[in-house]
Amino acid sequence: MRHLKKDIIPPLQESRWSHIWAGFLGDKLATLSLAILVFYCLVAIFAPLLAPYNINSPNFMDLTNAEIAPSWISGDERFLLGTDDQGRDMLSVVLYGTRLSLTIGICAVLIQITLGICIGLISGYLGGRIDNFLMRCADIQLSFSTMMVAIVFLAVFQALFGMDMYQQLAMIMLILVIGLAEWPLFARTIRASVLAEKQKEYVDAARIMGISPKRIMFKHILPNTLTPVLVIFTVQISNAIVAEAALSFLGLGMPASDPSLGALISVGFNYMFSGSWWICIIPSLTLIILILVMNMLGDWLRDHLNPKTYRD
Amino acid sequence: MNLLSVNNLHVNFHIKGQDLAALIDVSFTLNRGERIAIVGESGAGKSILGFSIVNLIDKPGYIKSGSIKLQNKEITTMTPRLLQEVRGKRIAMIFQDPMMTLNPVLTIGAQLVEAIRSHTRISFKDARNIAIEKLHSVQIASPEKRFNQYPHELSGGMRQRVIIAIVLLLNPDIIIADEPTTALDVTIQAEIIQLLLDICRDNSMALLLISHDLGVVSRVAERTIVMYAGRVVEEGPTLEVINDPQHPYTQGLLNALPQMALPGQRLNQIQGNMPSLNERPTGCAFHSRCPYATDKCRQQQPDFIQSGVSSVACFMVENMITEFEQNTDEESL
Repeated sequence: MRHLKKDIIPPLQESRWSHIWAGFLGDKLATLSLAILVFYCLVAIFAPLLAPYNINSPNFMDLTNAEIAPSWISGDERFLLGTDDQGRDMLSVVLYGTRLSLTIGICAVLIQITLGICIGLISGYLGGRIDNFLMRCADIQLSFSTMMVAIVFLAVFQALFGMDMYQQLAMIMLILVIGLAEWPLFARTIRASVLAEKQKEYVDAARIMGISPKRIMFKHILPNTLTPVLVIFTVQISNAIVAEAALSFLGLGMPASDPSLGALISVGFNYMFSGSWWICIIPSLTLIILILVMNMLGDWLRDHLNPKTYRD
Repeated sequence: MNLLSVNNLHVNFHIKGQDLAALIDVSFTLNRGERIAIVGESGAGKSILGFSIVNLIDKPGYIKSGSIKLQNKEITTMTPRLLQEVRGKRIAMIFQDPMMTLNPVLTIGAQLVEAIRSHTRISFKDARNIAIEKLHSVQIASPEKRFNQYPHELSGGMRQRVIIAIVLLLNPDIIIADEPTTALDVTIQAEIIQLLLDICRDNSMALLLISHDLGVVSRVAERTIVMYAGRVVEEGPTLEVINDPQHPYTQGLLNALPQMALPGQRLNQIQGNMPSLNERPTGCAFHSRCPYATDKCRQQQPDFIQSGVSSVACFMVENMITEFEQNTDEESL
């Protein structure tokens, strides 16, 4: 009888979102996480402006500068975070690496979301055999782990088209593989919401108004199913970034000439015990903090957008 | 010419291998600008009738046989594309609960504009003007402000007005109102009913009012159809049906009105319950609850007979009429 209660109390001037936003600002951990995430995003967007060196210039790699420790240890003012094994400035490389990792993560999840929304809506709204077929496809997709699919696919691609071709297309391939491997998560979530929404009278009302099924799906039902999608979205971006890092670490991701955070960690790992720890530790910390804040935000959203825990 | 004519409509539900009849042999006609009420207990098939007129019965239900003609166009065999044209543009429907019928995440304006634009190619601005004009015509104060509000910001009566505005957007010929006032409180009920009545009169729209509130029915409808267990049992001008009910079921319904009981006495009621779909008795479905039931009622389904200006499906009425005719014949001899 919740709606009855709402009728008696005059409606709040603020919307649900401004309510949630106020709660968000009251939570210091969540605010800090968002601030860090925004910082990461700004850094990723403005990496070419912020980086002290241009990573595309031929002078960037200078083996005479190789393995210089961060400036607070070595006292070398030129390289704030030191250099890697090929004499590249760590700060510049990490900035670009963050940019790459975030781009791959977000693009991969956008593919997942697009596929997931379309398949979930069609499956849930039309039901019957189409629903059965699509959901069995999702089951099959889920029964292979993402990493396995990605490793097999990328390895086969490398073997077929050679390393040169692979290095050119690495980013697109990673986005596609990670994007295609995890659509069932979104599709299932959306399908479940659609099944619940479909029963509501506003859908009947829309059908009786002669609105086409396509419009009903995308304009009427979809906005009602987006809350859980938002939560999964944040968690999935961090998952995609981790997947990309893991693949790169295994040598199946971004090439060392165009490194993402995972590729940097992979290279640095060889120098871990030879004294040049910063080559590995700095990108690792960058990645860990990024994943941590995204997961914290995801958790916070899940707690506060869940209608079961949402109180007004 | 009839605007809508329903002939021998049978609607069945196919559940667990059983074919259960929800509507049996329903026929009626609706003329332009006419207002008809359909009354009966819950489960009599009133709402299913409403949905089948726009051919929107969800599985496992289906139209088994019969025809529904909108100005000589058969609705039961229409293609989905043509049906979309009929729905909203020719026939529109108002539901019981205004809380549920509006989409909670879209503004009132978005829903109004969406309804117009799904049928006609029109700019957002023009659609907005039409929408605001319609909101005005259902007596919503400051429609420009309401246009940008969400359903939860409106009161129940206001929401039902918005729904009526949505229904009016495309100037349909027929409005089907499925218990439009049940979820509202009594004062708002009266206002909404008056509004519906005014709108139908002003635009000469036909109204099919599904209700179990006989007070509302007597105010609004010109003709009344009484349904019981999926069948029409009595049909006639509202005044006749209410003042001189023929079928024992209609009599029972009217007797059950609180006004009909004497002060200090128990309220009248019809004994028993309506049979569920899978336990339909043979003969007249009402016989188990009918005080006048005979053996014939238990075995045979009565046909419609004309009694005054109403038509009724009851053996008791039939017998009375034949006796009456015999008496008058004898007297005239």
